[in-house]
Amino acid sequence: MDAILLQILNGLDKGAAYALIALGLTLIFGTLGVVNFAHGALFMLGAFCAVTVGKLLKYETVKLDPTQTTPWGSPAEIRTPIVEEWFGDFGALMIDYSVPFSILFAIPIMLLLGVLMERGLIRFFYKRPHADQILVTFGLAIVVQEIIKSQFGANPIPQAAPALLAGSADLGAVLGFDPGTVVYPYWRIIYLLFSALIIGIVFAFLQFTTYGMVVRAGMADRETVGLLGINIQKRFTVVFGMAAVVAGLAGVMYTPILPPDYHMGMDFLVLSFVVVVVGGMGSLPGAVAAGFLLGILQSFASMNEVKNILPGIDQIIIYLIAVVILLVRPRGLMGRKGVMES
Amino acid sequence: MAILEVSGVNKTFGGLKALTDVNLTVEENTIHAIIGPNGAGKSTMLNCMMGKLQPDNGVVNFDGTSLLGGITPYQINQLGVCRVFQTPEVFSDMSLLENVMIPSLARHDGAFEFNGWGPVAKRDEVSQDAIQMLAEVGLAEQRNVITGSLSRGDKRRLEMAMCLVQKPKLLLLDEPTAGMSRADTNNTIELLKKIGERDITMIIIEHDMHVVFSLADHISVLAQGTVIVDGKPESIKGDPRVIEAYLGGELG
Amino acid sequence: MSQKLEKIKSPLDMEPLTIEVHDVEASHRAKTARNDLILMVVFSAVVLGGPWILAPFGADYPDLLQRFCIFGIFAIGFNIMFGLTGYLSFGHAAFLGVGSYAAVWSFKLLTMNAVPAVIFGVLCAGLFSAAIGYISLRRAGIYFSILTLAFAQMSYNLAYSVLTPITNGETGLQLELSDSRMLDAAMGIERTSSLPVTNLFGMKMSGYEGFYFCAIILIIAFYISLRIFRSPFGMMLRGIKTNQNRMAYTGINTRPYLLTAFVISGMYAGLAGSLMAVTDPLAGAERMQWTASGEVVLMTILGGAGTLIGPVIGAGVIKYFENIFSAFNEDTLHAAYSFLPEGLADFMTTISHPFVGEGWHLTLGVLFMMIVIFLPGGLMEGAQRIANLFSGAGKKSKAESSATDTQPAE
Repeated sequence: MDAILLQILNGLDKGAAYALIALGLTLIFGTLGVVNFAHGALFMLGAFCAVTVGKLLKYETVKLDPTQTTPWGSPAEIRTPIVEEWFGDFGALMIDYSVPFSILFAIPIMLLLGVLMERGLIRFFYKRPHADQILVTFGLAIVVQEIIKSQFGANPIPQAAPALLAGSADLGAVLGFDPGTVVYPYWRIIYLLFSALIIGIVFAFLQFTTYGMVVRAGMADRETVGLLGINIQKRFTVVFGMAAVVAGLAGVMYTPILPPDYHMGMDFLVLSFVVVVVGGMGSLPGAVAAGFLLGILQSFASMNEVKNILPGIDQIIIYLIAVVILLVRPRGLMGRKGVMES
Repeated sequence: MAILEVSGVNKTFGGLKALTDVNLTVEENTIHAIIGPNGAGKSTMLNCMMGKLQPDNGVVNFDGTSLLGGITPYQINQLGVCRVFQTPEVFSDMSLLENVMIPSLARHDGAFEFNGWGPVAKRDEVSQDAIQMLAEVGLAEQRNVITGSLSRGDKRRLEMAMCLVQKPKLLLLDEPTAGMSRADTNNTIELLKKIGERDITMIIIEHDMHVVFSLADHISVLAQGTVIVDGKPESIKGDPRVIEAYLGGELG
Repeated sequence: MSQKLEKIKSPLDMEPLTIEVHDVEASHRAKTARNDLILMVVFSAVVLGGPWILAPFGADYPDLLQRFCIFGIFAIGFNIMFGLTGYLSFGHAAFLGVGSYAAVWSFKLLTMNAVPAVIFGVLCAGLFSAAIGYISLRRAGIYFSILTLAFAQMSYNLAYSVLTPITNGETGLQLELSDSRMLDAAMGIERTSSLPVTNLFGMKMSGYEGFYFCAIILIIAFYISLRIFRSPFGMMLRGIKTNQNRMAYTGINTRPYLLTAFVISGMYAGLAGSLMAVTDPLAGAERMQWTASGEVVLMTILGGAGTLIGPVIGAGVIKYFENIFSAFNEDTLHAAYSFLPEGLADFMTTISHPFVGEGWHLTLGVLFMMIVIFLPGGLMEGAQRIANLFSGAGKKSKAESSATDTQPAE
């Protein structure tokens, strides 16, 4: 029982990342009718927002202190991060909390990038075949990934979670199992709560605002909404920007779990697409549910007990499920009829 | 002799009854029109005849073969049923000649044959049939033009040629004059009359009463998912049930 | 046409036909046949003369020439599926990988002769693509793309993990001294103390010999693709691309057509993969990764999907520029800009630097986007446009210009 619980928890954080990316993909897909192969790149850009902010915060000044000397006689260098010099203890706190702090920067940056991408590229592809959309966004993903590689190098750059949250919670003890059986890092709990919050905000936005209502109507029937004389173009831009922010924030908060590198976007993109397909093209709840579901299944498949029976299953489980779902239930778990079927 | 028999066909979508106990008999070598107000179930019925939809129960027999139970559109076509769509379905990136050669090949080679080696240009019987058929609908001189640039009326004529080259026994026409100018409509009527003279049975679904009464040998009126009147054009014209069904609509 | 048609009198009297159909058709057909012959001759001459033609461009060394041929074959095969039917597969690299593994196993178990390796590679890729195609083709559009992608990723992941006994995992499959090579042993070929080299009945398959072997296979592969393009089968595939709904109502069972095309293109990929092993006998899982599938998509699009020769040109251009661009570094760049004033040369070096060497993929990505945005028909369409400009045919309407040649652009 405790082992099962642990696997579920282990799958949840990856599932949360899948869910957040798939949510944006589905949103773009449903409203704009565009297959965005560059969505993983947005996730990766979010992660690199955190890297950049972390770097900037740690920017140091060097002073020579003649009163102290190094063992070999020269004056000691005292390195102080500028933010500490400016803000004192609060600066130190900012450095410690650089990852959550990055969110403040990531939101406007991702929004801007999303809007630029939609206005500058995607909107010219609304009427083009899906194959063209896949190809141009695939090209864009390569470009973004290579730019990041040239700026940040090819190696993963670890980001620390705030010191307070760096440890692990012994959930086993809390939930009445043996202590030490269900150990779960605090940051992953934070990530889950954060993902739930983002998903909640997106759904609330779609459910309770007039803007969201138009978007939902657009997902149901694009032509009719266009006929109502609503400026659908502007809505498209906002939707795309929102999806970019969601993917970016998912990336920012994921950095302490997985040190970001330039190809993490592609790795997550392929899986997120599978998630979208499993959840059902055009279904937002489907995308979220399938994201968590596949994350958990992947976690179960990597248990030794399972691997001993089915060697290699952990490597292919998600794709295998996608294949089965596509063949048995082509609309996915919660998909509607007629979406992307032409 | 009846070439198509539809009896006791029901079809529901969710809780909605689209077709209720539809019975229809189409005699060989006649032009049979199916008319009815919007939402009467005309398209549903056509789809049930073409293997696109599966009725809940009932019988659809074509020339002694059932068209139900997992039979697919291409198999139905191979039995000798061809369909003309409301918006012409043609191969818009290909030339007119190629458009007609494909159905011609389908008749000569069947539903699938791996014919990947010999050039298509050497298939004389195929291209000859195709050119002749294009000539018959008056498009032979444009046979190397790319189809996408044709007018709607020309696309419709091309689609007719694509069907006729297969020498079908039964031709299904879904609103063949929808969205056409008066002149194009009259041309189409003339063309259909000529086709009717050559042992091809036709089922026409149509809104335009001018078209229906110029062509049909037999008319079935569909309303609220069932056939309410069935008979010769003369007897349909004054039938109060028909007028009621249209509520003084297009018949008036 | 066997009997001469004088004039076709329309039985329907719609518009009497006044042209002599037979003569026009016969001359049209003769023209196409002559053009195809010229195309084959020119193509063969260019491929076989590659070492001389490419010498001024510094691309005349056998290793690169072999790559031109191999990726040309890969792209030709991919084009049979994507170019003709419009089905975008993101999994063709898996077939390439299978072809490579199968060929290396043929070297290990049977003989160092290239012929069995190529046959074995093509057969294995064919069987593998038949299995994957049979399942994937149950869906169309983006679902098909994702299914093929999923299968390719599964193959890639399995090749790295549980299939290690077959693939040798991350190290890659290599020849070993202890390999059995049963046929070679039976033929009395002596074992040497060093690793044996691949051969074609005694002729070694590296260097220019290897290139000519690949070149001849490329020419044959191109000829087969030409036949497919001109055949009723090719016409059916184009029909599927244009209007699948109409195909179904025309009495065509589209799935076996699609599956046949998929298997043929899978076999082409297997052929390319086995030739990679012939010229350099090792195989690794990275050949199966989906970015490798993306590369062949790019080659095909760049040259012009659906055209006969476009994909070969696309493959050549990409492999050539990959070779040139990835060789550049800061110093060579600076040398290249040395004709400029010092400041400007520095500036140009700085802005070009991210695009060369390691950054070659960035150039590739930008190129990819440019092509999809501005030239969806690829280089062949670009060439067509330029040709139209010069011949004045650009003034003619699209319908008229395409009326003169209904075959896909060469």
